[in-house]
Amino acid sequence: MSKIAASEIAFIEHFDSFNSMMTSTQPNWLNQKRADAFTNYRTNGLPTGRRGNESWKYTDVRDISNTAFANSSEDLITSITEKDLLDSSHLNKNWSTLVFINGVYSSSLSTQNPNDGIQITNIKDALGSHGQIIERHLGKYIAPDDDPFVLLNTAFINDGAFIYIPKGIASQDPIHVIYFSTSETDPTISHPRTLIVTEEFSETTLIESYVGTPKAKYFTNNVTEIVIGEESRVDHYRLLLDNPDSFHIGTTVVHQEKASTFSSTSLQKGAALGRHNLTSTLAAPQSTCNLNGLYMTTGSQHIDNYINIEHIEPHTTSRLYYKGILDGSSRAIFGGTVTVQRGAMKTDAQQKDKNLLLSREAEVDSKPALFIYADDVICGHGATAGHMDDNSVFYMQSRGIDLLTARRMLIKAFASEIIEEVKIDSLREYLEDLFVSFEDELTLLQASSI
Amino acid sequence: MLEVHDLHASVGEIKILRGINFTVKKGETHAIMGPNGSGKSTFANVLAGRPEYTVTKGEVLLDGKNLLSMEPDVRAREGVFLAMQYPVELPGVRYNQFLKAALDAIREHKGEDQIDIRAFNQLLKEKGDLVEINPDLMRRNVNEGFSGGEKKRSEILQMALLEPHLALLDETDSGLDIDALKTVADGVNRLQDPEKSVILVTHYQRLLNYISPDFVHVLIDGKIAKSGDHKLALELENKGYDWLRETIPPVSETSGESAS
Ligand SMILES: Nc1ncnc2c1ncn2[C@@H]1O[C@H](COP(=O)(O)OP(=O)(O)OP(=O)(O)O)[C@@H](O)[C@H]1O
Ligand SMILES: [Mg+2]
Repeated sequence: MSKIAASEIAFIEHFDSFNSMMTSTQPNWLNQKRADAFTNYRTNGLPTGRRGNESWKYTDVRDISNTAFANSSEDLITSITEKDLLDSSHLNKNWSTLVFINGVYSSSLSTQNPNDGIQITNIKDALGSHGQIIERHLGKYIAPDDDPFVLLNTAFINDGAFIYIPKGIASQDPIHVIYFSTSETDPTISHPRTLIVTEEFSETTLIESYVGTPKAKYFTNNVTEIVIGEESRVDHYRLLLDNPDSFHIGTTVVHQEKASTFSSTSLQKGAALGRHNLTSTLAAPQSTCNLNGLYMTTGSQHIDNYINIEHIEPHTTSRLYYKGILDGSSRAIFGGTVTVQRGAMKTDAQQKDKNLLLSREAEVDSKPALFIYADDVICGHGATAGHMDDNSVFYMQSRGIDLLTARRMLIKAFASEIIEEVKIDSLREYLEDLFVSFEDELTLLQASSI
Repeated sequence: MLEVHDLHASVGEIKILRGINFTVKKGETHAIMGPNGSGKSTFANVLAGRPEYTVTKGEVLLDGKNLLSMEPDVRAREGVFLAMQYPVELPGVRYNQFLKAALDAIREHKGEDQIDIRAFNQLLKEKGDLVEINPDLMRRNVNEGFSGGEKKRSEILQMALLEPHLALLDETDSGLDIDALKTVADGVNRLQDPEKSVILVTHYQRLLNYISPDFVHVLIDGKIAKSGDHKLALELENKGYDWLRETIPPVSETSGESAS
């Protein structure tokens, strides 16, 4: 443990120069927050298996630790064009879209069409105009707050998306945040931060896309905080479409007030190593969260979902439904924990994780868990993993459908439960196309597999 | 049109079919009866090409072509249809999309174009009315959550739509109420024309009140123990199967019984 990993040396060097640059531009409270986070980060450094850290038990981040990430040059950032975005991401010109390249806001690639006093801007600018709101909420709902990647993100807060929905406002169109990453010879790193605060009786749809240049080597370490006011709803779509050589560690923290609804769809297709921590806290009565997910892995990809749902108050409801399709020698981890705290009577919580394994070498560890400290609750959980059903394939073939088409239809059917739930037409169509490109990569769907 | 010569089939080490000889001519209806576990479903599934069964000996010709060398989907396109004893549920696969894919595959095989979606919907409605299936079912996923009887009707609907030359119905009458039984029988009778043949696997005389078979065969221990006309079914209803068991030597590997 005495040996300091390449990335940790880089982080220390970066932090000192970054910190001295930021101190003059950022408010004191934020400088303090960043400095504290970095101190805390340095206590433990990046997680390793040896430290017996339960939440990182199944995901080895040594590939990240062993990489010395470099700062990205201005030229690299400004070289990205709209075509690069189009090639890697869904783009809808009618939506407000905030684009960040390696974590740096690009006003030329962004479009802002806000209505009715909605604020859609970057954090750097918002610190001036909405400093108080940011100070009130930033980092307030992250618990436990000792995750090294979250601490690193906080230590390096520079920019990201800030969205504020005032009382009673329903945003017409989705708000799209694109975190685009790229690199030259040296691997790059970014720590984008997103904060969305919604007041009472509002409605918003937020889409986050994590994408990058093909073949670029980078690490995206993001944190997104979602604060949902009373009687409000947030529909959230998170698309992890980073290139297959990249690293992605993301944390989403959701804080829900009374009778609020959070619905999320998390779609994960990219990254060599991908991890998403999602924590939803049902902090007030009648709040509801619906978390859907679909992870699709090929080759030697490793995707880890670490989800915590906290029922704090009575009459709260949660639905967690994740599905995985795994090919090659890929590996997926599903860790879903629902905790029903002492006061949370009448909690209704269901969680399910289903996996379709398309090769002998693919592997999934699915660990749904329930901790119940209250009476009078309805809770259920289950996990399944299986190969394609021979009976189903034969049934389809016995109707004249050829083997490859039968397999394709069954794989699609497995995913459709999640994709069909996507309510935004243009996004759903994009995801359907994306799914076809995933199918094209699958070994079982190649003519040579028969 | 179908000739089965000395057919032997196994699952792993377990021998199930032990020398079946069987001929079905165009336009004929054959009923296969026999005790549980005698190999009726195995026989039907081997003809349809279910991969878990291994044919260890024998030959099957469909219109002179080697049926056993064809993939299951090719058999279906050549006109074989198996209504399964236990129809499979396909979660996430829409019923109408499934049927359209099947019909298009068969049409393509015949050198026809894909059916256009409106013509297909019209056809599906007609066939659905014919077998009196609840149209709501066709907007659901294939067989998912269907009742036992609905699943059987669903099989008959598929048969009516795909118009096979050789229909294998494996206990399609089991679990049906009397009205459904009539509908199923009706569906089968309507399918009959001088070019088409039907093999019915059934345990009950009652279906044969509606569909009159040209031949009845009794399958016992993987062999045809007796063949006859529709009167054999009545005889079985009264006497059961035990009197037939004695007529074949116990555990003999020599084949020889011939039927049809
Ligand atoms: N996949 C299989 N694996 C193991 N044994 C099998 C398999 N399929 C069939 N068998 C066995 O072969 C024998 C014949 O089965 P089959 O299903 O063909 O009988 P059946 O005549 O259709 O019976 P029933 O009237 O009950 O439907 C049975 O003993 C059955 O257990
Ligand atoms: Mg049977």
